[in-house]
Amino acid sequence: MKRFYGFVIKEFYHIFRDVRTMVILFGIPIIQLLLFGTVITNEIKDARIAILDQSKDEATREITQKILSSGYFRLDQNLESTAEVEGIFRKGHVKEVIVFGQNFGEKLVREGRADVQIIADASDPNIGKLLSGYTAGIINDYITKDMKPVTMPMQIDTEVRMFYNESLKSVYMFVPGIMAMILMLISAMMTSISITREKELGTMEILLVSPLRPTQIILGKVTPYLFLSIINAIVIVLIGHLVFLVPIKGSVIFLMAETILFILMALCLGILISTAAKTQMTAMFISMIALMLPTMLLSGFIFPIENMPKALQVLSSIMPPRWFIIIIKNIMLKGTGILYVWKETLIIAGMATLFTTIAVKKFKTRLE
Amino acid sequence: MKTTNKQEHSVTSYPDGKQEAITVQHVTKRYNDVLAITDVSFSVGKGELFGLIGPDGAGKTTLMRILMTLLLPTEGEAYLAGLDVRKEYKKIRHLVGYMPGRFSLYQDLSVEENLEFFATVFGTTIQENYDLIRDIYVQIEPFKKRLAGKLSGGMKQKLALSCALIHKPEILVLDEPTTGVDAVSRKEFWDMLKRLQKQGITILVSTPYMDEAGLCDRVALMQKGQIMTIDTPPRIVENYQRNLLAARSTDMHRLINDIRNWDKTDTAYAFGQFVHVTTSDDNLEAVELERYLLSQNHTQLQVFEISPGIEDVFMDLMTS
Repeated sequence: MKRFYGFVIKEFYHIFRDVRTMVILFGIPIIQLLLFGTVITNEIKDARIAILDQSKDEATREITQKILSSGYFRLDQNLESTAEVEGIFRKGHVKEVIVFGQNFGEKLVREGRADVQIIADASDPNIGKLLSGYTAGIINDYITKDMKPVTMPMQIDTEVRMFYNESLKSVYMFVPGIMAMILMLISAMMTSISITREKELGTMEILLVSPLRPTQIILGKVTPYLFLSIINAIVIVLIGHLVFLVPIKGSVIFLMAETILFILMALCLGILISTAAKTQMTAMFISMIALMLPTMLLSGFIFPIENMPKALQVLSSIMPPRWFIIIIKNIMLKGTGILYVWKETLIIAGMATLFTTIAVKKFKTRLE
Repeated sequence: MKTTNKQEHSVTSYPDGKQEAITVQHVTKRYNDVLAITDVSFSVGKGELFGLIGPDGAGKTTLMRILMTLLLPTEGEAYLAGLDVRKEYKKIRHLVGYMPGRFSLYQDLSVEENLEFFATVFGTTIQENYDLIRDIYVQIEPFKKRLAGKLSGGMKQKLALSCALIHKPEILVLDEPTTGVDAVSRKEFWDMLKRLQKQGITILVSTPYMDEAGLCDRVALMQKGQIMTIDTPPRIVENYQRNLLAARSTDMHRLINDIRNWDKTDTAYAFGQFVHVTTSDDNLEAVELERYLLSQNHTQLQVFEISPGIEDVFMDLMTS
């Protein structure tokens, strides 16, 4: 036990004396979280639009008013002719042009239909689609709610409510995803690097010749990072909750317990990587390429799993973050307990056991 | 519990009553297709200071790693204190002290922290075995708060030796401990080894420096994975039968070329400030070489007979 304790103290010295390690451990997670949370967003806010109003009557003024007061759009300028449309898109500031046809209000009242054209800059297709969708929604809303006289004979109103994330805030999606990614990356990468560093510097040679057992070496390596990753997880949850206002509806203790399980799994994966990698560089590349990219692309963090081809869906089910994201979303957004996530919990626990077994088996008691 | 383990090992009885600390029998090590060492056999007696002498790539490190249970021999057997390096490696690891060729301590830990770490790992404390390392440690103790990475080469070696000794090993294995260390520190280091030997520790040391061979009780000269000869340094030299001449002049480069071009020359090697020459006729007198070299217009020429050193034997063994 004393040997193990001495080993852990030595590991803490390594961590606290290396500025790079400290930055990776504590700087990067916070920066990443803040960046992802604020920059990558699917929401629209203050998109610049231009309006070409060929009618200038009451109806078009009211619709314009409604659009501009929605908070999604901001008027860049009013256009006078269709010829200006192309030019204004070229300049790049304006993302959408709304063109009201002639005699808009009159036609609407008399014929029950009027022309409005929405032209969006689709050089970013997602934004273009979103903008036109929002605009169409607002116009339809005006017609159904504000134009009472022209109610059509048979009309079905569909009202959509987005449960658990009523306002469709994308940050609710990103915080669990980033948490999974950061914990996975930090835990796995740092342990694999710290073990391969001993190999590279030749100190592993001395450790092997000492009476330390492989399990003692492995546990001694894992313990400090487990401790630091837990601190990291707490920081991420706090930033998510306090800065991005992500709710924590479920039990905080349960959330932490699941997080610790996930960290343990990632640490075991790190040890597994270190048994295969000979140098710190290889360990880092394996962690980056084998862990970060799949976590981002295949875990459902950015792209929905349901939309993936079958083969990738299968591949995504062996990605540990996929299950962890489901678990934390359940706890944080829905407030559910273990009854709803026991399957995912079991999968992660199973992966952790599997990785540890292979790592301990593969850990070499000799140099070859 | 850990300490009782240690005591149990320190009274290890050797099988067949042999007083051998290290036994190597027909050991061969192959990396894929490359033979690192071929059919090596030797033994080191208890309390002996044994040297493995040979150039880089002779297989010294591989041999030591096999003994340290870090590598498995492809063929053959090896025992430390009567324990099999294949099966009983866990026991061996309690009773050996190992200093690898590369400085292998934690550079970001201070002198004191390194020593404390290795003491803890071996289940002991600095105080418990301070007597053994005192001579060495007092020299680096003034810098005990300094990070190991910031020590000079000589001090690093002293710290590494202290760390290898902290658990009072029965057998100490040192892989090129003096490579890259200045002449004064090298001498100090060998003095320390001699003192440790007096305390009953068996020492196996490797070195590429021939002049250090004379400081060992016995040496094995190694080349290309094979042991060419094993004996005490004086007897190795005694067995050398050749007549040896030494020569120097102002232009050493031209001198060695001229000697090599002489039809009566067998070998010519530069040793420090002299060229050592063996001739095809062992009865050849120094004056004959001198006469030849004078005819080649060498100035301040000195030619005389010398008694061979271990380097000459090694060069001779290498070429034959």
